Amino acid sequence: MNERVTKLRKQSVDTRPYISTERAELMTDFYKSDIPTGKSVPLCRALSFKYLMENKSICINDGELIVGERGPAPKATPTYPELCCHDLEDLRILCTREKTTYIVSDDVTKIYKDKIIPFWTGKTMREKLFSAMDEKWHQAFNAGVFTEFMEQRAPGHAILDDKIYRKGMLDFKRDIAENRKNLDHSSDPKANEKDQEYHAMDICADAVITFARRYADKAIELAQQETNPVRRSELEQIAEVCSHVPANAPRNFQEALQSYWFVHLSVITELNTWDSYNPGRLDQHLFPFYKKGLAEKTLNPQQAKELLQCFWIKFNNQPAPPKVGITEEQSGTYTDFALINVGGVTPTNGADAVNDISYMILDVVEEMHLTQPSSCIQLSKKNPNRFLRRACEVIRTGLGQPSVFNTDVIIKEMLQDGKSLTDARTGGPSGCVTVSSFGKESCTLTGYINWPKIFELACNNGIDPSSGAQVGPQTGDSCQFTSYQQLMDAYTEQLRYFIDLKINANNIIERLFADYMPAPFMSIITDDCIARGLDYHDGGARYNSTYIQGVGIGTVTDALAAVKYHVFDQQSCTMEELMTATQANFQGYERLRHTLLNHTPKYGNDEDYADSITEDVFNVYYESLNGRPNTKGGKYRVNLLPTTVHIYFGSVVGALPNGRKAGEPVSEGISPSQGCDTKGPTALIKSAARIDHTRTGGTLLNMKFNPQLLAGDGIDKLAHLIRVYFTLDGHHIQFNVIVAEMMRKAQKHPEQNRDLVVRVAGYSDYFVDIGRDLQNEIIARTEQQSF
Amino acid sequence: MSDILNIPDSKPASSVPRARQSELQTTGFVFDIKKYAIHDGPGIRTTVFFKGCPLYCKWCQNPESWKRHPELGFRTSRCISCGLCVEACTHHAITSIQGQPVTDANKCNLCGQCVDACMAGAREIIGRQITVSEVIAEVEKDVVFYDQSGGGVTFSGGEPMMQPEFLLALLNQCQVQQIHTAVDTSCYAEPDVVECISKRTDLFLCDLKHMDSNMHERFTGVGNNLILDNIKLLSEAGKEIIIRIPIIPGFNDDQANIEATGKFAASLPRLSSIDILPYNRGGKEKSSRLSPGTILMQTDTPDEKKMNSIAQALKNHGFEVNIGG
Repeated sequence: MNERVTKLRKQSVDTRPYISTERAELMTDFYKSDIPTGKSVPLCRALSFKYLMENKSICINDGELIVGERGPAPKATPTYPELCCHDLEDLRILCTREKTTYIVSDDVTKIYKDKIIPFWTGKTMREKLFSAMDEKWHQAFNAGVFTEFMEQRAPGHAILDDKIYRKGMLDFKRDIAENRKNLDHSSDPKANEKDQEYHAMDICADAVITFARRYADKAIELAQQETNPVRRSELEQIAEVCSHVPANAPRNFQEALQSYWFVHLSVITELNTWDSYNPGRLDQHLFPFYKKGLAEKTLNPQQAKELLQCFWIKFNNQPAPPKVGITEEQSGTYTDFALINVGGVTPTNGADAVNDISYMILDVVEEMHLTQPSSCIQLSKKNPNRFLRRACEVIRTGLGQPSVFNTDVIIKEMLQDGKSLTDARTGGPSGCVTVSSFGKESCTLTGYINWPKIFELACNNGIDPSSGAQVGPQTGDSCQFTSYQQLMDAYTEQLRYFIDLKINANNIIERLFADYMPAPFMSIITDDCIARGLDYHDGGARYNSTYIQGVGIGTVTDALAAVKYHVFDQQSCTMEELMTATQANFQGYERLRHTLLNHTPKYGNDEDYADSITEDVFNVYYESLNGRPNTKGGKYRVNLLPTTVHIYFGSVVGALPNGRKAGEPVSEGISPSQGCDTKGPTALIKSAARIDHTRTGGTLLNMKFNPQLLAGDGIDKLAHLIRVYFTLDGHHIQFNVIVAEMMRKAQKHPEQNRDLVVRVAGYSDYFVDIGRDLQNEIIARTEQQSF
Repeated sequence: MSDILNIPDSKPASSVPRARQSELQTTGFVFDIKKYAIHDGPGIRTTVFFKGCPLYCKWCQNPESWKRHPELGFRTSRCISCGLCVEACTHHAITSIQGQPVTDANKCNLCGQCVDACMAGAREIIGRQITVSEVIAEVEKDVVFYDQSGGGVTFSGGEPMMQPEFLLALLNQCQVQQIHTAVDTSCYAEPDVVECISKRTDLFLCDLKHMDSNMHERFTGVGNNLILDNIKLLSEAGKEIIIRIPIIPGFNDDQANIEATGKFAASLPRLSSIDILPYNRGGKEKSSRLSPGTILMQTDTPDEKKMNSIAQALKNHGFEVNIGG
């Protein structure tokens, strides 16, 4: 890392996120003005976007080569009052809460009090959404059966393909004009609406060009004041780049990165999209520019790497806009989930796509050691082992990156979903793990669903024990069930009820966004919005998948397994006893809890008893949800991931028959219940592979690893583990390399960390099983590891 | 013994022997089956730990392997003095003395009721009798990992050759299932047993603790003549061998012993590599869980510099040397 990058990185890392009112004020000014009067919603949205791009601050940081911030400066975080207008209490919480805090200055509070709150109260999407929901939905939402992604943010989860590297905004304007001209007003009843959408798109394309031009002007201004000739020439170069892109297709490596960055900023300025935006397969997009630069001797590898590093810092400068309430609990992180993909296969012929930039990006990830952007490798059986090995070396550093995705299974998943082979190969993951066809799909995650809560309701005849309210349907008194199947049937009926409830609500919410919050800029860059004359939120995309993310497969499996095993197979206790014990949160039932925890089959150990229940739990969800239609011409699909919601979901679920106490987190992703996989990584992989990943749009497997297990040729063994998981059609795996802090936590809470394996020396052992002295020795040794 | 020695020579690779039903029910004593063993031979492996060992090495990492039969393990650090074990024991073998449960070995028949009752997880039965088919079922689960990584199964211990019928039956089954086998051994066994086992084994991990027989006897309870002879026997038979030396400071890390070890290794007609394993204190910790009588020495873990210099000394004899194995 050279001096420039070191300095920029330090600035980015050291600056604490703070709230900027600039965007909120500009939006307020715009909607208070008479510009919107008498204009259609898409037009107003486009004109407000234009107003933002013409008036937001221009920020060129000292020394940087890629320019542009979402707010007025690095870590200045804008808000989106049209979606969610924070009240004064929210602002107080934002700056005082323990995690993901944002500095809120007195000025910010004052502006909110005097200007933002009075104007937006009653007009936000959040209020529209909540008031459109019926009582049953509210009851389930408040009970923590599911969360709602759109209550503070907008649908997004979009990823860019290669189109901006081939075309500029001026080209898109021509496409828009062409399609607009061909509207058939006499036979297409939607022609007028489409005309408005085209007009909106055209305004947005111009707005982005204007924004870039303002950066060019600012760079020239700074160049004129600059005394250092090297920096002056860099600023002149920046001015040249920003005058050319994104109006036109990029001509070189720097322009390619800068063009993407302007598009990225535009998407996240237009709306607060879930999972910001994502350049997708950056290695494939950049490689032609890299080759050309090398051949023409206008670029060398060091310069390319430096530009990539500058690009990385831009992502880290943009914390996710502040979330509050349940949305914060389900996704409590500054990370805004831009997930850069490298590797995989080429779209046209499915060949190995690893190139020099793939390796360079891995170097950058390792060296920058930033949490944003996220990075992943797509791994196909066609990719060389040296590529996987290099990724494993970066994983070993303990960053948790890159995560590893199975390209061959992703393609299967997309083909199952009816996508063309080329579109399938063009796709990959974004956000955490969910896949879509890059540049062609509106892939909307609508909320997490709490399977353990649904299990609890099935045990309680639909009554939520924490409130006594009838939240779910009456599915019978579980103490009267005479077979395990009856319990499974009750669970299934509860599950279907809540899926129906959520889908009915989603249908309303989708229409709210289509009607009130179109995204004409996002529509320009998503196929086939221009061809269809439809907005991104209104079925304009070629594919429109909707997800309700299933959470807690490990916990539900273990709870079902406990009942099946003890009540019906071994008959070692009755359902009534189990219910009494769970209602008492196992107080006075410690011995029963011990049996439930330690002498009961658990998911994650490559044992059929529990793992076959995991399959059933997955299948019942798949059958209940997959293929249901949404309002955009697309379908519902299944994915399994948690972000941080497993902690919130756990907090609303009482004690369960697997021995889990009330309020404890539920299992995360497709991981087993915390501490319940005790047979090591191969067993966990076999268990996780019991789920048919090819029928999902993404699953998340987090695996803890001890650094000593990765020393020397341990890295090759890790690579083998990954290859095996992918041979078994696993979708995704990521590794949490154990650091000393985790071991200290395990010393405090051994019961939650029974699965923590450490390499003692010639052998490995469970950390909690070894004596305190040896534990301390291993902690000390881990801290000395110099990866 | 005699019947197991009359096994036919390995058949050509083209004809796969069928599983012998009688062998599947053969039983042995095992105290652990560990998956994802990555330091016991090539690739990703499953290691089956046999219970029972003819050696009593004072630095032993697995003292729970010494006794052939199952035994009760107890972790004082976990015990919460709840007294449930005392209540649970129908043989009245456990009494509470100053809040600590004390087990009378003469009355205890290892029924395991106290283990089930112990909520703190302080009690365990170490070792169990298990059939070949049960072991193979567990080993079979990870075939896909062996295939990917060039791994297989390692029989370790304890001393696997102390249970020759069981070991041979397991090796036969692995051959049927085309699973690569390694035997991790002290080489302290009758030569005819070693020879018979060698015919079914792909790789031997031979421990070599000291070249001086007197020293060997002082620290392990037995001399090394038989061990050295068996290593020679295996090497002369053309078996693939890795020699593994635990480096115990003050016992075998002196220059003279390392030189002698290097010379012995150089005299072998065939040897793949040498692994040197630094001593660690894990055994001391484990021995505290066992019944009194298992007394282990405690010394320092050799530092990286020491390990490197030993590795270099052995490399000078022309071997590939791995630290850690």
